[in-house]
Amino acid sequence: MAGILVFVEQRDGEIRKASLQAVSEAKRHGGAGGEVTAVLVGAGIGAAAAGLGAWGAARVFVADNPALGLYSAEGYTEAVAAAAAKAQPSAIFVAGTAMGRDLAPRVAARLGVGAIADVVKLALDGDAFTARRPIYSGKAFAEATTAGKRPQVISLRPNVFAAEESGGSAAVESLDGLGLAIRAVVKELVKAAGGELDVAEADIIVSGGRGIKGPENFALIKSLADALGGAVGASRAVVDAGWIAHSHQVGQTGKVVSPSLYVACGISGAIQHLAGMSSSKIIVAINKDPDAPIFKIADYGIVGDLFEVIPPMVAAIKAL
Amino acid sequence: MNCIVCVASVPDTASVIKLKADGTGIDESGIKWIVSPYDEYALEAALQLTEAKGGEVTVVTYGPAGAEPALRDCLARGAHKAVHVLGGEKTLGDSFTIARVLAAAIKGRAHDLVLCGVKGVGTDCSQVGQMLAELLGLPHVAIVTALEVGEGSLAATREVEGGKEKVECPLPALLTCQKGLNEPRYAALKGIMAAKKKPVDKLEVSSLGIQEGADLFYAVARFELPPAKSAGTIIQGENDPAGAAAQLVKLLREEAKAI
Ligand SMILES: Cc1cc2nc3c(=O)[nH]c(=O)nc-3n(C[C@@H](O)[C@H](O)[C@H](O)COP(=O)(O)OP(=O)(O)OC[C@H]3O[C@@H](n4cnc5c(N)ncnc54)[C@H](O)[C@@H]3O)c2cc1C
Ligand SMILES: Cc1cc2nc3c(=O)[nH]c(=O)nc-3n(C[C@H](O)[C@H](O)[C@H](O)COP(=O)(O)OP(=O)(O)OC[C@H]3O[C@@H](n4cnc5c(N)ncnc54)[C@H](O)[C@@H]3O)c2cc1C
Repeated sequence: MAGILVFVEQRDGEIRKASLQAVSEAKRHGGAGGEVTAVLVGAGIGAAAAGLGAWGAARVFVADNPALGLYSAEGYTEAVAAAAAKAQPSAIFVAGTAMGRDLAPRVAARLGVGAIADVVKLALDGDAFTARRPIYSGKAFAEATTAGKRPQVISLRPNVFAAEESGGSAAVESLDGLGLAIRAVVKELVKAAGGELDVAEADIIVSGGRGIKGPENFALIKSLADALGGAVGASRAVVDAGWIAHSHQVGQTGKVVSPSLYVACGISGAIQHLAGMSSSKIIVAINKDPDAPIFKIADYGIVGDLFEVIPPMVAAIKAL
Repeated sequence: MNCIVCVASVPDTASVIKLKADGTGIDESGIKWIVSPYDEYALEAALQLTEAKGGEVTVVTYGPAGAEPALRDCLARGAHKAVHVLGGEKTLGDSFTIARVLAAAIKGRAHDLVLCGVKGVGTDCSQVGQMLAELLGLPHVAIVTALEVGEGSLAATREVEGGKEKVECPLPALLTCQKGLNEPRYAALKGIMAAKKKPVDKLEVSSLGIQEGADLFYAVARFELPPAKSAGTIIQGENDPAGAAAQLVKLLREEAKAI
């Protein structure tokens, strides 16, 4: 067993950024002493395969099948297991997106091994990884191993590892003869209105909490998010109040995010909220209470009324 | 419609997490134990289904004696029976071992639906459900926020980035349940009294053919607390909000290089 197999996720034939990050990370570790192999799964997606060479894959398996057009845990597990049988990797990397977090454990169980989820740092010792992962929603970290089991199935938190082109080309092989028996069938993928950017994928997030006073004022939060090219997040208090959908909630019982910039507006910084965003690279707080706990973890902050601060901020950003 | 609900007993989410002095684990003194919040959605879904269609709800946990209050809580809310596999001290976060134990405990018990939470808060792996589905040979739908169960099949909506997937699936199946699926009920006094008489089937892990700790799939070499953050730059903006806003944007641009 040698090398790293990376499951590469695509949507409409376009490779997800988080997967390029996973391929790049595999390459940075020199393929753990072997080759970096990618496995790309979908329908009509072959054209995207060769491009993975530039990101560090030496070989790409393509499972191109009409039955795999929409995600299926069973179908995709079959494809990744088939690729693993060919590549015999010592590790399997999966980007920790909704799809990846669903797929990795099923693949691991198929192969009879465990998995390490939501990893934020990897260290290679010989050909075995030790993986750092947040626990208790970031209140602590565990340096975890697979207790000697191979392959090591690891999901990587999106936006934590850099995607970098290393130049190179990949040999593309198709993965045929999969024994697909798909029972849970995705009938439809309903996209959020207006192609809204999801907090889990965003590089910049502007979140609103109870301090915004009412649902109509999410327009103000959105104006700042739009000026920054980011997504709109929320605290649980406002989700529970029905001001915005749960898919926007950041925190222990919402999404755990690590964007490069997180702006918390009118959010007090309860421990369960911090749990979801404290690994953001730069944290900004706007709150009228100088003692709000959010300021303890903020890199930058303004003590003031968000209704007076945000509009000139938007203007200043637009003037950049 | 027989439902099996897997519940993990976890530290209260408001707990302050401290490490043992030697970094080998979490200091559990003073921690209050609760039913993992997502497992409440799984239990509620099962209760509603059996109320509508008949059948029984069995809750299963794998944990130490201290996990029993969580099981009693589920019985008080209306679950019919409970299975308590005793152990789990050595398998914290070892999703695959947990899934193997649960699979062994569930096999042989009637189930049209196995329900889990999306994650056990604390260890936060979000893996046990999918692994359990594979080990039981069931199809699964994860992160379910809406559910309709018909004759021999179900339709579920699951949350993904930027949208929702509508999934159809034959029974038996496994679901992992997300907030939004329902509003979990609380236990009423009557339920709490009734729960005292409901059966809890206590099993040793070894009786399931698994030697706890002998064959691990996940091990933590070391626990650490996050590095303390140095104090940030806080601007007083009460008197001149526009000036503060301009200063912040400048800092984000020039110092933090974040925009
Ligand atoms: C001392 C001690 C401390 C513990 N602390 C925690 C903790 O902080 N967080 C925590 O989740 N658990 C805790 N447990 C229980 C522990 O064994 C969990 O089962 C395990 O940590 C959950 O692993 P996971 O993150 O892989 O679960 P996930 O994969 O995140 O769990 C997903 C779902 O699987 C099911 N599930 C998971 N574990 C169990 C279980 N043991 N029994 C029945 N169903 C289960 C639940 O439906 C859960 O929602 C503790 C146990 C002990 C003995
Ligand atoms: C099991 C459990 C899980 C939880 N999970 C989550 C989770 O996932 N995510 C989450 O966010 N919470 C979660 N919570 C809830 C959490 O404990 C807090 O209640 C919640 O985060 C508070 O939201 P908030 O900061 O918006 O509201 P508040 O705490 O009410 O804070 C509002 C803030 O707005 C400020 N403010 C008011 N007016 C203005 C103004 N004009 N300008 C500027 N600032 C202003 C105030 O000073 C205050 O700091 C959870 C709780 C529990 C028990």
